[in-house]
Amino acid sequence: MDKLITVSPSPHYYGDTTVKKLMYGVVFALLPAFFVSVYFFGIGALIVTAISILSCLAFEYLIQKYLMKAEPSISDGSALVTGLLLAFNLPTNLPWWIIIIGALVAIGVGKMTFGGLGNNPFNPALVGRVFLFISFPVQMTSWPTPIASRLQYTDAVTGPTPLGIMEEGLSQQETAAQLMEQIPGYMELFLGSIRGSMGEISAIALIVGGIYMLIRKIITWHIPVSIILSVLAFTGILWLMNPYDNADPLFHLLSGGLMLGAIYMATDYVTSPMTIKGMWIFGIGIGVITVAIRVFGAYPEGVSFAILIMNAFVPLINKYVKPKGFGEEVRNG
Amino acid sequence: MIKTFPKGGIHPPEDKFSAGSPIQELPLPKSVIIPVCQHLGSPSEPLVKKGDRVKTGQIIAKSSGFVSTNIHSSVTGKVEKVDKFTDSTGYRRLAVSINVEKDQWEDNIDTSNTLKKQINSKAEEIIKKILDAGIVGMGGATFPSHIKLSVPKGKKVEVLIINGVECEPCLTSDHRLMLEKGEEMMVGVRLMMTALGVNRAVIGIENNKPDAISNLKTIAKDYKTIEVQVLKVKYPQGAEKQLIKSITRREVPSGKLPIEVGAVVHNVETAYAVYEAVQKNKPLIERVVTVTGKNIAKPSNFMVRTGTPVAYLIEAAGGLPEDTGKIINGGPMMGKALNSLDVPVTKGTSGILVVPQSESLRRPALNCIRCAKCVSICPMGLEPYLLRAASEHKKWDIVEEERSMDCMECGSCSYVCPSAIPLLDYIRLGKSTVSKIIRSRKQ
Amino acid sequence: MSDVVINSVIIVGAMGLAAAIILFMVAQKFHVVEDPRIDQVEEELPAANCGGCGYPGCRAFAEALVKTDDISDLHCPVSDKDSMEKIAAILGKEMGEMKPLVAVVRCAGSPDKSPRTNIYDGTHSCTIISSLYTGETGCPYGCLGMGECVDACNFDAIHMNADTQLPEVTDDLCTACNACVVACPRDIIELRKKNKKDRKIFVSCINEDKGGVARKNCKVACIGCGKCVKVCPYEAITLENNLAYIDPDKCRLCRKCAPECPTNAILEINFPVKKKKEATAG
Repeated sequence: MDKLITVSPSPHYYGDTTVKKLMYGVVFALLPAFFVSVYFFGIGALIVTAISILSCLAFEYLIQKYLMKAEPSISDGSALVTGLLLAFNLPTNLPWWIIIIGALVAIGVGKMTFGGLGNNPFNPALVGRVFLFISFPVQMTSWPTPIASRLQYTDAVTGPTPLGIMEEGLSQQETAAQLMEQIPGYMELFLGSIRGSMGEISAIALIVGGIYMLIRKIITWHIPVSIILSVLAFTGILWLMNPYDNADPLFHLLSGGLMLGAIYMATDYVTSPMTIKGMWIFGIGIGVITVAIRVFGAYPEGVSFAILIMNAFVPLINKYVKPKGFGEEVRNG
Repeated sequence: MIKTFPKGGIHPPEDKFSAGSPIQELPLPKSVIIPVCQHLGSPSEPLVKKGDRVKTGQIIAKSSGFVSTNIHSSVTGKVEKVDKFTDSTGYRRLAVSINVEKDQWEDNIDTSNTLKKQINSKAEEIIKKILDAGIVGMGGATFPSHIKLSVPKGKKVEVLIINGVECEPCLTSDHRLMLEKGEEMMVGVRLMMTALGVNRAVIGIENNKPDAISNLKTIAKDYKTIEVQVLKVKYPQGAEKQLIKSITRREVPSGKLPIEVGAVVHNVETAYAVYEAVQKNKPLIERVVTVTGKNIAKPSNFMVRTGTPVAYLIEAAGGLPEDTGKIINGGPMMGKALNSLDVPVTKGTSGILVVPQSESLRRPALNCIRCAKCVSICPMGLEPYLLRAASEHKKWDIVEEERSMDCMECGSCSYVCPSAIPLLDYIRLGKSTVSKIIRSRKQ
Repeated sequence: MSDVVINSVIIVGAMGLAAAIILFMVAQKFHVVEDPRIDQVEEELPAANCGGCGYPGCRAFAEALVKTDDISDLHCPVSDKDSMEKIAAILGKEMGEMKPLVAVVRCAGSPDKSPRTNIYDGTHSCTIISSLYTGETGCPYGCLGMGECVDACNFDAIHMNADTQLPEVTDDLCTACNACVVACPRDIIELRKKNKKDRKIFVSCINEDKGGVARKNCKVACIGCGKCVKVCPYEAITLENNLAYIDPDKCRLCRKCAPECPTNAILEINFPVKKKKEATAG
């Protein structure tokens, strides 16, 4: 043999799942929701998405190359996912410069300050979104009307989201049943013909993408299901106790960013727990905090805050919630 | 009902290229190198010296302690020397090299093919014959079998489990043996049951071997106490603890032996060797070895004498392909890469796998993205990502606390990692350091 | 307005007082009486926590020094004689004699001397390689070149040479703390007596294979021929398991052995280039 043979420790077979494949799988899963948004919001959706993705990629590349002096790894797709998710969390009439600030905060503060992919404690897209939400509350809470403003960008016709109507109305002593009349029906909520952030409107498109990710084994079902179940349970209890002052569970489930958050944001690998038990704790925490903010808090929507709060608990969950070892119970008992 | 173990596991490509090729008797090589330590435990003491003439089946090294066993000559010829030879790890260990002249067996060995079903031996006789024949666990662990068949005082064995899982990709030696030597194997299982004093045995087979399953099921009709249990395909089902869990639903406690839950596990090929030893007086000097690989011309299963050089096997399977990148002793998940082809086949060699150049290098490792895939597939319920981080930062106390010693090095974590992090390398490093620490603590 | 001020002063004051009382009680309850000399001794130690003394850190070593009656076996390899004498004075105990030592790498199997037989593709760790197989060269005793000794050194005294792929010790920085010796899975590094002008003479090989085998794997291996043993006037060289070893305590650096070695396995370092016939007392 003239060529030297290789020697390496076992195993000698490796699976074909790579970070790249996982990330592009998420992007693919987000496409149905993206198309629905383009249908309802038109050019606004296209512009916001393009600016968000391009600026996220650009900031990732520049920071890696010139600040961290490392080989840029934008092709791994994680910045693309962050850009897309950030766009999904913004109203489609948001001015371009705000989006760029959001991307800078998401990539720069949310991800790179901690050392890049894998080291960030908080979901970068949500860091960007919450930063914008607090810094630009007016622009961030003006929601274009679907279909009507398909050909407009920043000059779109706007109005409140279903959750906004509910929050506002309940504080004016109106009953939930009265308010439901002013809100689009469940079918509109389900299909996405409502006002809201670009990607959160259509529950069905998000669920389709989620099922794709489950089949491809990109995510496991534990986090989305635990969030949805806990939201249903919590709002269900409130609704049964006082149906006049509380919206029904189905409304909570289909409105706002719950589906987007539960399926795509909370399941972010880096910022979610490692064990199944931990995922349940994490998901239930998000569900409870979301409902608490929606029902008792000043903001109409609380998914972003709930996920960020629970992100902060992830290291703690990982430290104390351990998988059950093989043969361990026997040892202890 | 098709069973499997509940926690973790992966599905690597099966790649059983040689499943269709019957076991062929390999002609004797010109010379053999027989290491005196082919088992787990203390090396045997050589009984022959340079120039001695030995017959096939003659004892050439005897058991040197409690955990040890006998070694026999696999050929007839002249002892060339008793010296140190390179073994499969590259280290030089004591071995006997014999120049092959012919194949004349010891007189008391029955070399005929007639099936001897009648069992006349008592438990002690069987165990003694197994020690005399130098039988070890042939699934790869090479633990001397007579020890595993002697039930310690105060323990009770309820079931004997025969491991025909062969969950390693590529390997087919157990599969072919179950198909072709099923009758003999079954008698071997009966003998082991007599030795253990149990009246229930279960043969576990994964359902990717339907021919072997139907063959054994037909044979098992004559044996009321032996069941054939079909198992779902999942790696690492062939691991002792996972197999016990699959079949009996019992979990062997961490750090304990299977006998804790009343089970004893033996490989199918060990059962065959027990049959040969007890019924035919034949010591363990040959075994089935799979020679396979994507570019191997004739993937085969050979009946090989111990001591035959690996190069000779590869030659018989059509020669070493041009683009060979790696040669593995064993399967692709747990096998060890060889750095020389001159090493001999031993009692624990179940296969030789030739990997092409294009598949032999690892992907460069990236950052851990904490996707938790390693945690969810670990069959022992460990957290490989954490063990790796702790081991990399030399936090040996954490490595120990996180039960690294439970790791059986199945390699599933390295297999699934999307960032191509060599998790198992670091866990091994942690394990070796922790076991050193534990040992020094005991002193 | 004044109510607010008074109230806050009272509340904050009360809270502070309560906290102070709790802290005081806890400090009393969990107070550990320690020999004050431990702190004094620790002051004198280098605080490198290298573990060279055999204790987990300087504090543990200080405790051991205070507790043990006979401290002649206890050495801090990093401290100089003065500070050890100071410690002895604090404790009123006898100090043992200190022999300055230095780490020596006993392998010269660079790629040109010991050809590579395969390519290792795995985690860069000597421990992992040595538990897996013999390494990239044919020599089962030689340096694996992954630099675990370099990582272990707290004093930046050992570095990999890119050309030879072997570690090299900077004698001035080496404190003989033993960390690299422990780190090397092949026991290649040895602590040897430090001589004048950092002169060293040692067998740079630990291969115990028979001559022919060792030579085949490495051109500069010790083949166990025993020529050096015969020529040594001080009986400092022993031959065991096909390997010569120069006892640093007996060797007087006469340099007679080095030219005898047929494979140049005996290295002389920091000697003047011109060879002297007569023995130079070390």
